[in-house]
Amino acid sequence: MNEASDVGAHFKQPLLTTPFHERERALSQVDSFVPWAGYTTVDVFTNVGQEYFAVRNACSVYDLTPMVKYRIAGPDASRYLNRLVTRDLRKLKINRVSYCVWCNDAGHIIDDGTVFRLDENEYRLCTAERQLDWFLDSAIGFDVQISEVTEQIAALALQGPTSCAVLNKLGLAGVERLKPFEFGWFDSSGMRIMVSRTGFTGDLGYELWVDPLHAVALWDALMAAGRSRGIRAIGSRALNMVRIEAGFLLPNLDFVSAESSVRLGTSRSPLELGLAWLVDFEKGHFTGRRALLEQHRQGLKRQLVGLDIAGNKPATNALLYTDRSGSKEIGSVTSAVWSPTCKRNIALAMVEAPHFALGSTLWAEVYLSRELVWERRMCRAQVVDKPFFAPERRRVTPPGDY
Amino acid sequence: MGERSKPDVLIVGAGHNGLVAACYLARAGLKVQVLERNPYIGGAAVSRKLYGDFTYSNCSYVCSLLRPEIMRTLELPRFGLQIIPYDGGCTMMRDGGHLALYDNHDALRREIARHSKRDAEAYDRYARDVIRQCKFIKPLLMREPPDPTSFKPRDIRELLYLGGHFQRLGEARMYDTLRFWTMSAADFLDEYFESEIVKAHMAGSAIIGTALGPRSPGTAYVLLHHYMGDIDDTVGAWGFARGGMGAVTRSLAASLQASGGTIRTSAGVERILVRNGRSVGVALADGEEISARLVLSNMDVKRTFLNTVDSKELPEDFLRQVRNFKIRGSSGKLNIALDGLPSFPAIPVGSPSTRGDMHVTDTIEMMERAYDDWKEGAWSRAPYIDMLIPSQIDPTMAPDGKHYMSVFVQYCPYQLASGPWDAAKRKAFGDTVIDTIAQHSPDFKSLILHAEVRTPFDIENEVGLTEGNIFQGELTFDQLLFNRPIPGYAQYRTPLRGLYLCGSSTHPGGGVMGAPGANAARAVLRDLRLTGT
Repeated sequence: MNEASDVGAHFKQPLLTTPFHERERALSQVDSFVPWAGYTTVDVFTNVGQEYFAVRNACSVYDLTPMVKYRIAGPDASRYLNRLVTRDLRKLKINRVSYCVWCNDAGHIIDDGTVFRLDENEYRLCTAERQLDWFLDSAIGFDVQISEVTEQIAALALQGPTSCAVLNKLGLAGVERLKPFEFGWFDSSGMRIMVSRTGFTGDLGYELWVDPLHAVALWDALMAAGRSRGIRAIGSRALNMVRIEAGFLLPNLDFVSAESSVRLGTSRSPLELGLAWLVDFEKGHFTGRRALLEQHRQGLKRQLVGLDIAGNKPATNALLYTDRSGSKEIGSVTSAVWSPTCKRNIALAMVEAPHFALGSTLWAEVYLSRELVWERRMCRAQVVDKPFFAPERRRVTPPGDY
Repeated sequence: MGERSKPDVLIVGAGHNGLVAACYLARAGLKVQVLERNPYIGGAAVSRKLYGDFTYSNCSYVCSLLRPEIMRTLELPRFGLQIIPYDGGCTMMRDGGHLALYDNHDALRREIARHSKRDAEAYDRYARDVIRQCKFIKPLLMREPPDPTSFKPRDIRELLYLGGHFQRLGEARMYDTLRFWTMSAADFLDEYFESEIVKAHMAGSAIIGTALGPRSPGTAYVLLHHYMGDIDDTVGAWGFARGGMGAVTRSLAASLQASGGTIRTSAGVERILVRNGRSVGVALADGEEISARLVLSNMDVKRTFLNTVDSKELPEDFLRQVRNFKIRGSSGKLNIALDGLPSFPAIPVGSPSTRGDMHVTDTIEMMERAYDDWKEGAWSRAPYIDMLIPSQIDPTMAPDGKHYMSVFVQYCPYQLASGPWDAAKRKAFGDTVIDTIAQHSPDFKSLILHAEVRTPFDIENEVGLTEGNIFQGELTFDQLLFNRPIPGYAQYRTPLRGLYLCGSSTHPGGGVMGAPGANAARAVLRDLRLTGT
């Protein structure tokens, strides 16, 4: 235990480090770290472009440990979760994963995350933000135990076309039989690894969950197994590029959690975020159902859509207008990137009705620096289908050796 | 009003609100003179050297609520005002534990999680709700509250503004606002937190300067009142005025003088002169009479109308309401010169939390018991203290290596059940506070070079605040907005033409905000048709 005088000395090192930190620091060439959920994490190891292409061309390793993990267990665990989230979880089988969102009574989204069914009465919920307060309040009346287990599980995302081949090389027999959103347990040189076919890249990929004691050994084994398959550690910057291509949302970028929004009219419903496919009105009562049903009936005032924008300058934070002269403002860009794989200038944007309809033309106000001489450009933008990038290999089981 | 030397406006009291009003009026071209009873200016925003080279902020001691638009318009930074935020704060517990508050969100979450993991995450929801309510109140601070019974276009316009502003909150938050303005701090905090120490730390700002306990209805608003300031857009941040709180009034005085206004010290106003229902000037203690078109009183509403205006000149219902205005003494203050920095073994060495506000009340229960003592007419045996050592951040407050400690004490009555205050009782009160601190700092007593002990009775005598009430009147819902100070007289005007109130007895209340002074000046200028609105 700590010395008494050192109890609560968090001010000395406010951010925790993950079990992979030593390895990551050794690989970091540009010393670029960012805080995420209370941990020091890598923004860029060497070069964003190279890290990006590791995901799309070979395979990438991303340290997922700071992802907030909750263990939800007890006789009422299934009923509890089914009331918490908007999706029907009654169909979720053991060893399957479901992407879910949960809302407050107003139908405003609190967060999104993945639910892993570990056993009949045991689940793991992974989210980007902490929300024990909400989960515990929601648990009143249910025979269920909820605890945060973030520090008890180390996690790596192994993503990219060669990811399955690397896991095979690591000796995880049968890993290729995992279907998307399925997970299983594998042994590799004394380590017990939970492998799920999930990810945040929209590509073929897996997430590996181990006891933190085995974290460094897993890292080393993966790197060795992947050396000939182009394996590369990546930081958050490259991940952000691929997740926009895949059309995935990030809290505090694409939406603000209803539990932390201060201003009126800034929280969003899953319908407005284009996640209607996650809302099941037929499954019985869930938190936010009445408000969402009402919104569903009345139609949406705004929706998050994909944009294809002229030019090659990412339209980060751009305001959107109906016409080139910018007379009427109708929304704003939440995430934007030049997609090196699609060769398109893409963005996620919150757009007011009726302009969010597929095929609508909008205008984005983009600021360009020409060697510090700033220019304002109105760029034509078209509402297009998401995801922007969805390779067939992400679904094929067993995956080939791409 | 022929002769040039005669001022247009006399302001009674050189506290921060009197000076703010004076500055705005002088900038509008009026000839303004401020009269101050003491040989020094500042009122309750004052820096004094009472021992060696130590500077005491001997009344108000930290700054957050002073409206940024006032600092900007009156160019206070140019005249020497600098506000430096401090980070953190802590409560030391009776069992040797502690809770620290940090600016860093992750450090703060981990710190609260030591006491309750759930509270660490509920803190974000708490901060969200407090900020939501602050965002509602803030635009109302620099406005004259409307008279809901009036049909004047201006009042109707302001009522519509208030109504529209309220409407824009949305249904759920309208309910929240009404609950917030009326509930107790303890009930409010119970809706977020389970840990006693977390609740106790947060509840402190709900009782400061208030003759109510944490379980009294209305204290949730007082908590909010302490959050509605900001420093450089950080909502709820508190800081030190460099050079002590006197720097606020010094910079205001310099701004005033640059606009042609004048200040007379040692010029105590004995009477506000009234002729035919109109104030025509003042009489000083030495008999000198000064006439002026207008008089603004920075004194509280009771001192103004019960001590300084002839009651024969005032309507009886009005006087009755003035007498009923709640302005109770509940706080004391110690200013201590220290030979070095005291140690606090509960706090990890090097923690920034000791550079902020330090407390030793670790449960709501303990705070409520402290209030019980006050109700019995005694100072709290285990008082709530808000203790800071500004010299850790502001090097001008104490000689090198020495320190100045400001200790705000709640609760201390204006009138003791045991009879009038005297030197022995003042010392006993001071010793209670010093012993309380010494329980958490073994070397504290040995470092004391000098201690100034101030009871509510002393504060009234020195500063002129009735009962030593730091807000010039309780901040309860019955005395806020269009009810402050008196229903029907919430617009800085009084039953006497030419006499205005500009102190914290008026909307939006105390806390070294300056808003009452600015709003009063605007009302005056409107009456003189010197502004459009």
